[in-house]
Amino acid sequence: MAAPAKKKVEVVPEKLHVWPYLVRLEFLCAIIVMVLLTVWSITIDAPLEEAANPSKTPNPSKAPWYFLGLQDILVYFDPWFAGVVAPVLIIVGLMLIPYLDVNPKGNGYYTYTERKAAIWVYSFGFLVLWIALIIMGVFLRGPGWNLFMPWEYWDPHKVVALTNVDLPYAFGFRDYVWSSLFGGAVIIGYFAIGTAAYFVFERKAIKNVGFMRMFLKINLFLIMVGIVIKIVLRLGFNIKYVWVTPWFNI
Amino acid sequence: MAGKPQIPNLAEIWNDIKSGKIISDISKSVTESQVWTSSFRHGYADTPRNRVLQIASNVWLHLHPVKIHRHALRIKFTWCMGGITFLMFLVTVVTGVVLMFYYRPVGEYAYFDMKYLQYDVPFGMLMRNMHRWAAHSMVITVWLHMLRVFLTGSYKPPREFNWVIGVFLVTFTLLLSFTGYLLPWDQLAMWAVTVGTNMARGTPFLGHEGPFAEFVGVTSRYDARSVLLGGSLVGPPALLRFYVLHCILIPLVAGALMIVHFWRIRKDGGISGPL
Ligand code: HEM
Repeated sequence: MAAPAKKKVEVVPEKLHVWPYLVRLEFLCAIIVMVLLTVWSITIDAPLEEAANPSKTPNPSKAPWYFLGLQDILVYFDPWFAGVVAPVLIIVGLMLIPYLDVNPKGNGYYTYTERKAAIWVYSFGFLVLWIALIIMGVFLRGPGWNLFMPWEYWDPHKVVALTNVDLPYAFGFRDYVWSSLFGGAVIIGYFAIGTAAYFVFERKAIKNVGFMRMFLKINLFLIMVGIVIKIVLRLGFNIKYVWVTPWFNI
Repeated sequence: MAGKPQIPNLAEIWNDIKSGKIISDISKSVTESQVWTSSFRHGYADTPRNRVLQIASNVWLHLHPVKIHRHALRIKFTWCMGGITFLMFLVTVVTGVVLMFYYRPVGEYAYFDMKYLQYDVPFGMLMRNMHRWAAHSMVITVWLHMLRVFLTGSYKPPREFNWVIGVFLVTFTLLLSFTGYLLPWDQLAMWAVTVGTNMARGTPFLGHEGPFAEFVGVTSRYDARSVLLGGSLVGPPALLRFYVLHCILIPLVAGALMIVHFWRIRKDGGISGPL
């Protein structure tokens, strides 16, 4: 029986030579992709509109499509957050993923059951907050950055009533200082309670995972959820800002 | 009879041609010549030794390991997305060089150079289309690559560092695309970049409309955005700045990082796998 066993080892070795097995696959893949790209480039021309004209602002003015998710967040947040702080947080947050996710399972193979939370958070961020907002920005945002259904005419004179109020106002605060204090309490309270609740629920993990990891993890998560909450507050309850201060508004 | 040239025998030559011996004679004298042996460092016969040398003695291919686990070949595992992303980058480099022959990043010329490229330069339109569509594809494939790496948990030890390099790469891919977006110098370009760079006004401390700007004293002519644009609006200085960033600085940095990325895949023990 030695002979067949030896033959099997030769046919299915654990390690294969890169040349030819991988290189030929890369080459094949490259040929197919190049054919597709060439056909695409022959059939569809890149756009070229009229010459740049600083005195003629198009309506709507859209950023390149891959940034339309961020541009859409501008409806709900001021530019300092949507355009600067949010992108920085996304980049830093992504870089931290390997250091925050200490689950040793699911390293090098597809699995959902062994790392449900990680997959949910990443998929939600990528598919909903990034891709879905891009699709909405490309196809549904018309003049004045208003929402238009695909069958609707892009009416540049569409009037959308702006009845938004700030959260403290909705709660009956009329005084500027008290409104500001209330808004600050809501935001800080949200992060404080969220963080505290996480540490209480996961208190057994603190020893293994470490305080810093858990703190960063929950706060990045709370920021992501906070963006969703703000969107819901605006769309569902016409809330403009939660926290108004002399320096910045959230 | 040293030194005396031998007179070729016609019948013998004819025989060599008929039997095919002449081919092996020629190929022997070519492959044993000094030019050949100095250029190619190993034979081509399909031996294990040559399979190794094929990778190890080639500067481009040696970014690969010599041997890999068989699971690393599964398209279902990698989707080939990293490789396709790199291919798209190479396409933009090649077509981009062709475009640079015809394009001048000057307010008065840029738009008309685009027109010239499209209507007068042989294959100009095709080069432009390939450059643009490859760039857009690269943005999509790099996102898909990232998704695949996340779903297979390939950022886990020992590959954390390569994931971090990857995040730099996705950022640079977007910046490459964004800086290129301005170069056609048409309405689409100017206003997309205006919308994009307007964000920099809101930079905390450093943008003139950002939080705490009043404590720093930045103005619309001197803040984060004006550094980016070389002025307070998207004008010719911005065009030149974006051109230099797009054609020189970002490709060099991104290219260097890609080499580090590939090298680290090798050093981290090849593609991750369920072992
Ligand atoms: C210009 C962009 C990029 C290029 C050209 C590139 C290229 C590649 C290639 C060719 C591979 C081999 C396996 C495969 O094809 O999937 C790979 C693996 C890898 N890439 Fe990228 N990549 C890029 C961006 C990224 C990004 C954005 C990330 C993550 C944030 C990333 C993280 C990784 C990791 C962790 C591996 C190892 C995967 C494993 O061991 O299974 N790369 N990359």
